[in-house]
Amino acid sequence: MQANAQSKLSSRTKLRTVIYASALLFGVSALAADTDWIMKPMAPNLDDTASLQRGANLYVNFCLGCHSLKHQRYERTADDLGSIPHELMESNVIFTDQKIGEHIESSMSEEDAKGWFGAAPPDLTMVTRVRSPEWVYNFLLTFYEDTTRPFGVNNKVFANVGMPHALLPLQGLQEEVCFGKRPVDLLKSKTAIDQDRVDSIKGSGDDNCGQLAMKASTGIYSAEEFDQAAFDISNFLHYVGDPTRAERESLGKYVIGFLLILLVLAYFLNRNYWKDVKSD
Amino acid sequence: MVSEDTLHTNRRYLLLATAGVSAVGAVGAAIPFVQSWQPSALAKALGAPIRVNISKLQPGEILGPVPAWRGQPVFVVRRTAASIARLEANVANLADPDSDGSEQPDYAQNTTRSRNPEIGVYLGLCTHLGCSPKYYGAVQPEAFASDWQGGFFCPCHGSKFDLAGRVEKNLPAPTNLIVPPHVFEDEKTLVIGVDERSVA
Amino acid sequence: MSEVSQNDSWLTRATDWIDERIPLTKTFKEHASEYYAPRNFNFWYVFGALSLVVFVIQILTGIWLTMAYVPTGEGAFASVEYIMRDIDFGYLIRYLHSTGASAFFVVVYLHMFRGFAYGSYRKPRELLWLIGMAIYLVLMAEGFFGYLLPWGNMSFWGAQVIVSLIGAIPYFGPDLMEWVRGDFVMSGITLNRFFALHVIALPLALVGLVFLHIVALHRVGSNNPDGIEIKANKGPDGNPVDGIPFHPYYITKDFVAIVVFLIAFCAIVFYAPEMGGYFIEKPNFAEADPLKTPDHIAPVWYYTPFYAMLRAATFPFLGIDAKFWGLIIMIGAILIPAALPWLDRSKVKSMRYKGWFSKIALMNFIVAFFVLGYLGTIPPSAFATAVAQIMTIVYFAYFFLMPWYTSIESTKPEPERVKH
Repeated sequence: MQANAQSKLSSRTKLRTVIYASALLFGVSALAADTDWIMKPMAPNLDDTASLQRGANLYVNFCLGCHSLKHQRYERTADDLGSIPHELMESNVIFTDQKIGEHIESSMSEEDAKGWFGAAPPDLTMVTRVRSPEWVYNFLLTFYEDTTRPFGVNNKVFANVGMPHALLPLQGLQEEVCFGKRPVDLLKSKTAIDQDRVDSIKGSGDDNCGQLAMKASTGIYSAEEFDQAAFDISNFLHYVGDPTRAERESLGKYVIGFLLILLVLAYFLNRNYWKDVKSD
Repeated sequence: MVSEDTLHTNRRYLLLATAGVSAVGAVGAAIPFVQSWQPSALAKALGAPIRVNISKLQPGEILGPVPAWRGQPVFVVRRTAASIARLEANVANLADPDSDGSEQPDYAQNTTRSRNPEIGVYLGLCTHLGCSPKYYGAVQPEAFASDWQGGFFCPCHGSKFDLAGRVEKNLPAPTNLIVPPHVFEDEKTLVIGVDERSVA
Repeated sequence: MSEVSQNDSWLTRATDWIDERIPLTKTFKEHASEYYAPRNFNFWYVFGALSLVVFVIQILTGIWLTMAYVPTGEGAFASVEYIMRDIDFGYLIRYLHSTGASAFFVVVYLHMFRGFAYGSYRKPRELLWLIGMAIYLVLMAEGFFGYLLPWGNMSFWGAQVIVSLIGAIPYFGPDLMEWVRGDFVMSGITLNRFFALHVIALPLALVGLVFLHIVALHRVGSNNPDGIEIKANKGPDGNPVDGIPFHPYYITKDFVAIVVFLIAFCAIVFYAPEMGGYFIEKPNFAEADPLKTPDHIAPVWYYTPFYAMLRAATFPFLGIDAKFWGLIIMIGAILIPAALPWLDRSKVKSMRYKGWFSKIALMNFIVAFFVLGYLGTIPPSAFATAVAQIMTIVYFAYFFLMPWYTSIESTKPEPERVKH
């Protein structure tokens, strides 16, 4: 999984359109306030092991520098994401001197973090449970240039976020634009949900400002690839937020199945006894 | 209309079946509670194999500070040629000289109870009731033994072990000190907790 | 005591041996095999047994949680995640407990509604009702203290808000608030004392009260959907003609109900333990941060009707400020059902035979309870507050107008025998 992502990182010849496709597909909010961003739907898929592995790899490469997953262990992660051999995990995923059994800690000290960012970057073990996988996905997609901010970027779903655009090398830089009345035909696309978004734009004002479009196409990922990367990271964090989900849900089938059998017996036993009462 | 007899026969079967299935359910419900007492992932992580550097360990000495594996003290000693010779000679007074009743990996079931005659690796807990014995490496009279040949002495109940962790006869400890799985990664590095080189 | 005979089975002899020392058989007869319950119990009569089941689940899982939980400001949050991730089946034990908390209130509210509908609080069951109310109050406190323990951000701020209510008490409030917290903010010491109350003090009180509740019930006998006293009509054998032994008939019936309940309960535990944020609120997955309030503070659903009434008090009245009125209204709303035995003047007990006024009042009350419950979960707005104010009046009207509407309405005659 490491090799795969790195080959992507090295292929810097992808073609991109000037208007970033992701903005066309889902970037439809009119106002800058974070709550007004219409979320692009995202349904996590825990059965997609490849996606979870890619997400884990992207996370340790681009996020773990600052954001720990301090309640989650490498070992469990390796075991849960398709039984990754522990040596492979140690050589490819654990960049610090941590051991496989330890929690996934960031190498950045809290003091450094406070000096650099003003506050320690939050631990993200359960970010998808505090927010939602969809929120994380949209957060990752919607960094855009804002020179008034300390790191030169802002975010559509987390206004005035105090961090740089960590995925800049992958995505490139977006900017806010006004689509005017044009995008409606550009946006005539894809799915029913997307058509709803188009309709919501149509009614939302005259010039459709606050949309995102690609400004500097310096990212090594195409729009589709970046969209997939954002999905993978969100999907991985969805797993990390609740790693026992798969175990729980499979156990639940047996427990409820058992109780249904017991219910049948209990029902007939009760009916048998109550025949005494009725016949009085 | 069902006859009274059929009703009561059915009732007996239903009672038995319901009670049986409920009992299975009770046992099933107990499993999570029992299982949750097993060592957790945290305990297992702390119990991971450890690496210790033995390059500075001199003959006749014990590695200090005493390393901990699974939270238990591990004695790593480097024996002198003379003490190895004594281990081979003094077997008459031992409770289990061939380590038949003691716990050790196959590769350590020998006179020195080690992979390498020079380096002994022993779990530092008395096989009696789990106190940690003390190291008395020198051949000299001690308060607890006038003819002490070097080894470990447990202060709790007085068990004596030689430098191969073998226990003397007629003392509370029934068996020799446990030898944990270990492997020499290279000249300097001892890995405690695994048998094979490849696993780390 | 019977003479031991060679022919007795070992089981009989063992029972005799015990009966000579403690009244095992006698107790079983008195409270089960010869405890005569009305034969016309319906669906609404299973929730008492279910409350007991949930209580046992909570005690068991609670004991197991304390085995790994760390009641300190530094350790609490991480220890919950440790339970959830690192301990075998820890997630199951924790979700059973967190879901059990909500399930407890579901079954207790339904149990109480049964009492409202069939007049179970009426003479001779006043004390039974009051003991039940005491259980309800302790349960609310138990839930409140327990909610702080995960030390999530909603735990912290929820407790902060509720404790701050004490500050509304004139004169003593602020000092009392510090005394409750043991600090100037919610802190580790507050957590520690809430932990002690949650795991020892209140469960002990609950065990005692539940025992008294059952003793009181078996003294006066169960009410029933027809609201008539079955003891008034005894057969030649001295047992009520409309009664049947609790064992085996209601044991088997309750057992069916328990299994049905467990299926629903497990479905939530295994497939929706957060219940869309109603059983475990989203901000509680972030550790308590004394410097950052969640965007929207809402108590867990079982407090929201009362929380909505608290917020509905928005203007001073009779020289008392709105904040204190809120507290009075909230506490009043929680306590007022205790007065029911003396508010209800109807000739009949059961809603089946009461008049239209009672039926409408009860329906209004239920609507108000649900609407207030919903309003308590959403952020306040002018409209929501206005609705909450109206619903608060409806809620209290059910109680305050009861002496009037129950005495003037025309009722149907109660039957001689229960309808089965």
